[in-house]
Amino acid sequence: MVAVKKSLPRRKFDVVVVGAGGAGMRCSLQLAQAGLSVAVLSKVFPTRSHTVAAQGGVSAALGNMSEDNWLWHMYDTVKGSDWLGDQDAIEFMCREAPSAVYELEHFGMPFDRNPDGTIYQRPFGGHTANFGEKPVQRACAAADRTGHAMLHTLYQRNVAARTQFLVEWMALDLLRNDEGDVLGVTALEMETGDIYVLEAKATVLATGGAGRIWAASTNAFINTGDGLGMAARAGIPLEDMEFWQFHPTGVAGAGVLITEGVRGEGGILLNKNGERFMERYAPTLKDLAPRDFVSRSMDQEIKEGRGCGPDGSYVLLKLDHLGAETIMKRLPSIREIAIKFANVDPIKDPIPVVPTIHYQMGGIPTNYHGQVVDWVNGENKVVNGLFAVGECAATSVHGANRLGTNSLLDLIVFGRSTGNFIVQQHLERQHTHQPIPEHAIDFSLDRVARLEARTSGERTQEVADGIRQSMQHHCGVFRTLKLLREGVDQIEQLAKQAEHIYFKDKSKVFNTARIEALELANMVEVARATINSAANRTESRGAHALSDHPERDDVNWLKHTLWYSDGNRLEYKPVQMKPLTVESFPPKARTF
Amino acid sequence: MSTKRIMKFEIYRYDPDKDERPYMQKLEVELQPTDKMLLDALVRIKNTVDDSLSIRRSCREGVCGSDAMNINGKNGLACITNLNDLKEPVVLRPLPGLPVIRDLIVDMTHFFNQYHSVRPYLINNTPPPERERLQSPEAREELNGLYECILCACCSTSCPSFWWNPDKYVGPAGLLQAYRFLADSRDEATSERLDNLNDPYRLFRCHTIMNCTDVCPKGLNPALAIGKIKEMLVRRAI
Repeated sequence: MVAVKKSLPRRKFDVVVVGAGGAGMRCSLQLAQAGLSVAVLSKVFPTRSHTVAAQGGVSAALGNMSEDNWLWHMYDTVKGSDWLGDQDAIEFMCREAPSAVYELEHFGMPFDRNPDGTIYQRPFGGHTANFGEKPVQRACAAADRTGHAMLHTLYQRNVAARTQFLVEWMALDLLRNDEGDVLGVTALEMETGDIYVLEAKATVLATGGAGRIWAASTNAFINTGDGLGMAARAGIPLEDMEFWQFHPTGVAGAGVLITEGVRGEGGILLNKNGERFMERYAPTLKDLAPRDFVSRSMDQEIKEGRGCGPDGSYVLLKLDHLGAETIMKRLPSIREIAIKFANVDPIKDPIPVVPTIHYQMGGIPTNYHGQVVDWVNGENKVVNGLFAVGECAATSVHGANRLGTNSLLDLIVFGRSTGNFIVQQHLERQHTHQPIPEHAIDFSLDRVARLEARTSGERTQEVADGIRQSMQHHCGVFRTLKLLREGVDQIEQLAKQAEHIYFKDKSKVFNTARIEALELANMVEVARATINSAANRTESRGAHALSDHPERDDVNWLKHTLWYSDGNRLEYKPVQMKPLTVESFPPKARTF
Repeated sequence: MSTKRIMKFEIYRYDPDKDERPYMQKLEVELQPTDKMLLDALVRIKNTVDDSLSIRRSCREGVCGSDAMNINGKNGLACITNLNDLKEPVVLRPLPGLPVIRDLIVDMTHFFNQYHSVRPYLINNTPPPERERLQSPEAREELNGLYECILCACCSTSCPSFWWNPDKYVGPAGLLQAYRFLADSRDEATSERLDNLNDPYRLFRCHTIMNCTDVCPKGLNPALAIGKIKEMLVRRAI
């Protein structure tokens, strides 16, 4: 290994951002505009990042349609999170939302418009006026392509700012010195197969979610939790990993997302009796209750035999009553999706939908500045040089369940504020690059070399499929301790198998078999974190619905889970109930 | 009794480490009932037949633009191409006209350079208001058919003019984006944008061949947008 190490190409930057989705690119924009030398790594060309697939909208209390207030937005988010969200971060996000959205518009984002020229806002699940009284139109939308419009706009601004992108590079590991500071990453240039050391005074993880550990998800192939894997291997805990969102309306059989915006525009869910069953489960908000609520209701209907189709395995999303004009204007993209993937034209017929894994509420723990924090001696301890933003981070603004449109908001608010924080810190510290210990680099290279050397063993996608089947079966919408514990054992077995994977193709240039094998290691960490965290939370909260303990237990469980890869151990830390400036919202019963 | 569903493919292969020249690989793959789109079949091939087949892919729903390729002679996105619509053997080649890195993966540098060259970002130097800049619904509608482009490159790589001069002719995708900003009521750089395109090559290599519009997997019309830019230049000259 010595010979390889000495000839390992190295590059130095002020900041390395891993991931070029909405959060990564909003952050890099601040850095590039401030004149820092920044490199944004991405496994794919930036506009391919999965932010591009987001549909419904980005929420902000602009009040363009009717009266609105960021405090109401904050309340909705706290309640949506089932009181597991940190209220300081939530206040920050909701208060900054209008300015972040106006800024996007100034950047050129093509929002839909009202007759008076202001940004069009649609209703969305869980967003209410006056602390839960009635739905409010808070989701700023660009047809049902809001993510596409946002991501392309952010890429365009980065082009204007001349941000440096390292396209089709995969980050491998964090490099930490003996004091625990993060000094950069090792990364693989996919086109050549070369491994580099990228030295950075600040590293920002913006790698998105890990939906690909599940058999059915709305996620892209690239969403394999790479940042989480890197953090876990570097000894950093993963927070609240038991909380995964099942989006109510994924196309049955295909998993492709149909936006909540359909229900925002007036679409409704029907069971096999043609009943609008959400009226029973959520009398006030009905189909616009938060996603965990709706997914459980759908799952219940299906379990109790009122599902549709030959197997009774899905329910129907009806929107023909909206009229062709509204559908073509506000929801053109999901109409295409329904035609392509469900063989159904929603102008005429309802779309078959099932709850589908969509979003990871948990992630790498950060404070609201985006600094990654470890939990040491009962306190948050900043990991110097490391930041995390977007879906891969747990700030935590989404707690146990995320409201729709709050993720696109999360990206731009914290992408911007973390970028600003790094610029501020950089100006104050002005230090040189610290030396990186060889053993940190060795750890990464050895890991890759072992994988490379194997010419027999397990096949990557077989192990990955095993993980996906296990997660789907053992850790679904409704969970039981029995199933979760089975899942813990099965995932441990699969984790061991993953240590013996090999791939046949040993070429250097754009070797996708190698990439997939490297992704598997990250997926394993995420799966272990998820199933172990879930098997230990003996209450139901937000998206974690445990049949053995169906009630929320604020006495024992108003706390964040922290999972450590080393030793597979769990710790807990309290939820930040105190906002920055306003009164705290105390826990209440969560009905809609 | 279960009927096996086997499909025949001929796929362009080239590994610069190993192969002296590209070749067409003939193979068969057994599909599962859940395999509906071409991308499903390609993933099945990678997982069960040959893991060395390299492709780009991500969203699998036709919005990211990663998996554009030449399918039975016509450019398209693998993830929204239905297997039932494909004649066998399915012939897969990389997007035409761009250098091949490996298998179905092409070097998109020229394509993205042309996109960057049209200054694809809103230019408005008037200090913005505290809230959003107002834009009427009618003005916003002008952007429909333009902002939805996913930069998949199906259009530009189906254009003979782009094949012959990818470094000089902006190409359909780049020009569609140029028009997206020309048409945006909030943009103030109309004059400079038109100047930027007013030379023998950048815009005027378009001879209305129309492959671009024919092939766009999102149903967009680059040829129409290019026509509108030409019209703007003419009006300006008068």
